[in-house]
Amino acid sequence: MNSLFYQKNSSRNIGDKVFTSLSLICVVIAILPLIFLVTYILIKGGAQITPELFTLEPNPPGDDLDAGGINPALIGTLIITTIASIIAIPVGVGGGIYLAEYSKGGPFSRFIRFGVNVLAGVPSIIAGVFIYSLVVSTKILFGSMYSGLAGGMALSILMLPTVIKTTDEGLKLVPNELRYASLGVGASMYTTILKITLPSAFRSIATGVVLGIARAAGETAPLIFTALFSYYYITGFGDLFYEMGSLAVLIYNFALEPYDAQNKLAWAASFILVLSILSVNIFSRILAAFTEKTKRV
Amino acid sequence: MIKNTKKAQKNNILSLEDVSISYGKFEAVKNIFCNFKKGDITSLIGPSGCGKSTVLRSLNRMNDLIPNCSLKGTVLFDGTNIYDKRVDPVEVRRRIGMVFQQPNPFPKSIYENIAFGARINGFVGDIDDLVELSLKKAALWDECKDKLNDSGYSLSGGQQQRLCIARTIAIEPEIILMDEPCSALDPISTLKIEETMHELKKNYTIIIVTHNMQQALRVSDMTAFFNAIEYEDGDGGKVGYLAEFNSTKKIFSSPKEKTTQEYISGKFG
Repeated sequence: MNSLFYQKNSSRNIGDKVFTSLSLICVVIAILPLIFLVTYILIKGGAQITPELFTLEPNPPGDDLDAGGINPALIGTLIITTIASIIAIPVGVGGGIYLAEYSKGGPFSRFIRFGVNVLAGVPSIIAGVFIYSLVVSTKILFGSMYSGLAGGMALSILMLPTVIKTTDEGLKLVPNELRYASLGVGASMYTTILKITLPSAFRSIATGVVLGIARAAGETAPLIFTALFSYYYITGFGDLFYEMGSLAVLIYNFALEPYDAQNKLAWAASFILVLSILSVNIFSRILAAFTEKTKRV
Repeated sequence: MIKNTKKAQKNNILSLEDVSISYGKFEAVKNIFCNFKKGDITSLIGPSGCGKSTVLRSLNRMNDLIPNCSLKGTVLFDGTNIYDKRVDPVEVRRRIGMVFQQPNPFPKSIYENIAFGARINGFVGDIDDLVELSLKKAALWDECKDKLNDSGYSLSGGQQQRLCIARTIAIEPEIILMDEPCSALDPISTLKIEETMHELKKNYTIIIVTHNMQQALRVSDMTAFFNAIEYEDGDGGKVGYLAEFNSTKKIFSSPKEKTTQEYISGKFG
């Protein structure tokens, strides 16, 4: 008869301990790159932060004394991401509504869902090349070639699948009873969606949108083909149709320069980019928590 | 004699004529003939799977929302076949309201829960009055008059169900369909809902599906007993049919069919 007491040396208990420590080691290895990366960027980039950084134009490489600031790139990233959002959010939310509410799960909607998944897996550089051949090389946008507008279009392609999928999933989580309740008091389909199901799914849709924005803001490859880069201040609406700087492309360009000043500017830009994406993610959490609270009232 | 039948027909607010409902290839109920009288409470009883909820949902075209569900036959409401191609199901649901098995208030305030239906139906008038009146009719006013701005979810299950009834009343339907409205509730809430139904009877026609035979006996004037039989080809599938339809008193005291007798005495179901 085995004793009921815990036996340290039994093969089962040893195996259990080995397995627990193995999975612990794996999780530590998995998280290490994130910790190192964030600390490294915070230390290297944080040291370069000055007020001038946010106001000056970057100086062309070669002037070793002073690299200038990242103002055009910062504003450019904001503009390009905004353009991408303006395109992707309405189309994505609308598409998600169709999939979740109107399509009856037939072959067409299955095809669309599959397509969205494929689009989500398309390498970002392909989105850049696609917009390059569609917009940039054809000069279809009022004769302009590389432009902030084209950059925004490329990024919107990357945002779309995230927005569609989270809208679709969020709406599917809304219990059918709520739809029946609304239709049962004589609401039409679109009133039901606008007044009942969309507000109920607002939280997950908003989170998805914000995550989509965060992903798009950090992309480099699509912008190299579309928005290119610019050293100069963005002064007016017309600048949308010309080359536009962005943080990601600034990092790409300046990190490869042989000059120390430019490298430091790239670090500073990395710092700003990582920090802003991090804060956008945190914002989405706060948004989620906030809407959760208001829903209960 | 002729006069009588004419009068009877005039009193029929809703008639099922040879209605069969199928889910895809599977036939759920077959050849239902049934007349619901204006101002009556009619209960639909029967064992699980006999299609009584299916029949109920077909009365205000809620079955449209279930994929593959199709209906043959005629459902006459107010002289119109509601399955006519020209009929707008949204209009049907405005005039035939529904209360569901699970209380399903909107994630809004108590006030908004009731105002919602009225607003979308183009209600002109004082919404405050309508909310008060509807809550009073559903016997919920005294319990929630001080917290109209609280969420509908803050109420207990029984109160939520009465809120759903109030919400349905607010759109002034002619018929209220209730799909086992008390199955998720405790006996005290159930009694309150039944009292509410007695009150509502003055103004509305009510059709209720219930598993609780005592409830059918307590609340209803007419009772329809549904049963299910195996398909003739004998592959084990069952199809529902209307076994007996009569006044509640007769169904429970002297049923004509043997199966009705067996069901109400608890021999099966």
